[in-house]
Amino acid sequence: MINYLKNIIKGFSTILVGMKVTFINLFRPNVTVQYPNVHPLVRAGSDKMPDNARNKLNVIIPKCTGCKSCEKACPVNCITIETTKVASIDTEKPLMEDGKKRVFWLSQFDIDFAKCCFCGLCTIACPTSAIVHSTDFEYSCYDRNELLVHFSPFNKEQVAEKKRILAEEVKQKAEKALADKQAAEKAAQEQNITDSKIKSSDDQTSANQNIQNNSN
Amino acid sequence: MENHQFLFNFISEYTGDILAGVLIAIIPLALLLVYALVAIYGELKIASFIQLKLGPMRTGKWGLLQPVAEVFKLLQKEDITPDGADKPLFNLAPFIIFLGCYAALSVLPLSSHFAPSGLNIGLFFIIAISSLAVLGIVMGGWASNNKYSLIGAMRSVSQIISYEIPAAMCILGVASMAHSLDMNVISAQQQGGFWNWYVLGGPAGISKIWLIPFTVVMFIVYFVTSLAETNRTPFDVPEGESELVAGYHTEYSGMKFAFFYLAEYGNMFVVSAIMTVIFFGGWSSPFGDFLNSPIWQIFWFIAKSMFFVGLQIWLRWTLPRTRVDQLMYLCWKILLPLSMVCFLAMALGGMLY
Repeated sequence: MINYLKNIIKGFSTILVGMKVTFINLFRPNVTVQYPNVHPLVRAGSDKMPDNARNKLNVIIPKCTGCKSCEKACPVNCITIETTKVASIDTEKPLMEDGKKRVFWLSQFDIDFAKCCFCGLCTIACPTSAIVHSTDFEYSCYDRNELLVHFSPFNKEQVAEKKRILAEEVKQKAEKALADKQAAEKAAQEQNITDSKIKSSDDQTSANQNIQNNSN
Repeated sequence: MENHQFLFNFISEYTGDILAGVLIAIIPLALLLVYALVAIYGELKIASFIQLKLGPMRTGKWGLLQPVAEVFKLLQKEDITPDGADKPLFNLAPFIIFLGCYAALSVLPLSSHFAPSGLNIGLFFIIAISSLAVLGIVMGGWASNNKYSLIGAMRSVSQIISYEIPAAMCILGVASMAHSLDMNVISAQQQGGFWNWYVLGGPAGISKIWLIPFTVVMFIVYFVTSLAETNRTPFDVPEGESELVAGYHTEYSGMKFAFFYLAEYGNMFVVSAIMTVIFFGGWSSPFGDFLNSPIWQIFWFIAKSMFFVGLQIWLRWTLPRTRVDQLMYLCWKILLPLSMVCFLAMALGGMLY
């Protein structure tokens, strides 16, 4: 009989405990984010993502050395990089973010997010942390071509210009090399001529010398 | 108590008795429909808030039009009658259930000057007419020609019939204290502040104190049985989704399903209104004569009833579903003895005061 009454009281009091829990929860602020209307990051009050969040990639061009490690690391070949060497006659003297001299222009740096599997291997491979995951996770679009993102800071004309400068430099170098070569040849010829002049003017002695030289 | 016919007399002077009767009959129906919209919205919102969610937010401001949208959705749906079903019974069942709930509303005294029908045996009428719902459930479950429907209906019938006994004990206890079955009279006796409510021993002065534990326990017993009679959680074994698809209304769709839905919410209101009348003073103001005019009485009545509807919703999202044997254990071994003890005490109180 006592157990029976205890059982009733226990049942009733545990129901009250449960009702207290639900009543407290009734007035707690809800955790739902009205997603398309309110962005979850805005709601959270910062642009912090979980540490391992793998969202859309972002390339910080000033940091990128153009080493193509990411292109090689990519398992689905979604990264396409084309580099153009910085010409020494270029009036623009680009620097890396850390102040070192830039060696390569990034004339093309494309990531095709239609192919990207968001594995993050490129971010691990990058020696300068130039390629990182951004906090942007909304990139649905109506045309697949919109998913092909160009990170290169140049447009086609600028790339052409840079290539022209490089080609000019190469040409100049080649010309210079040619000129040097010709000059060297000329100098050599002149040397020969002067030699022969000396020879002709002082034939006898030179002949003697030659004989001496040969004997030496 | 002649004054509860006030509205009827007023209308019939202009329209004649029959039309006045029809007009009066529309009032509880309108009340029921408006209440159902509010209750469905409240259920959705309270459920969501308890789970730290927002609930419907897209239909109108704060999702206020969600119940309307649900009604329109049900109206658009195809009204299917299965081939194997017993068609007359199948089509009749939702209306029988709704009839039970609607007829029960007819005797509720909304105010001292208005009850749709001022029956002097109102409490008895409600117990009798509520039993019609059992008939509708067993008709629907049997006629669906579906094993889940039938199991659900049988569970529901056994549950409702069992729980009617403690419920009747509670009503009987109050009736013995009030010396009346007229709901308007019972409400009128509890005027003069919440101290006079039957949940606190009734209008008998300070000497009633020994009665208070019994009446409070009686109220709790009635609240539990009312949950069971409306098939609400934690006693919704007849429609337990995990076991029986949806119980007795598995095969129903469209408007007929909407009638089941409406009847469920209507029954919630009816049991809450009975609770209000027999334990919480009906239409009488909790503060004596303060705001106790006939119009305010309607407010008090509906506010008290809605409070208990809210309590039912709150409990639904707190407790898990009971097992069938636990359900029967609770009814026969706990509620019935408790209600009998309390009934004896209340009958003694009725003799003394």
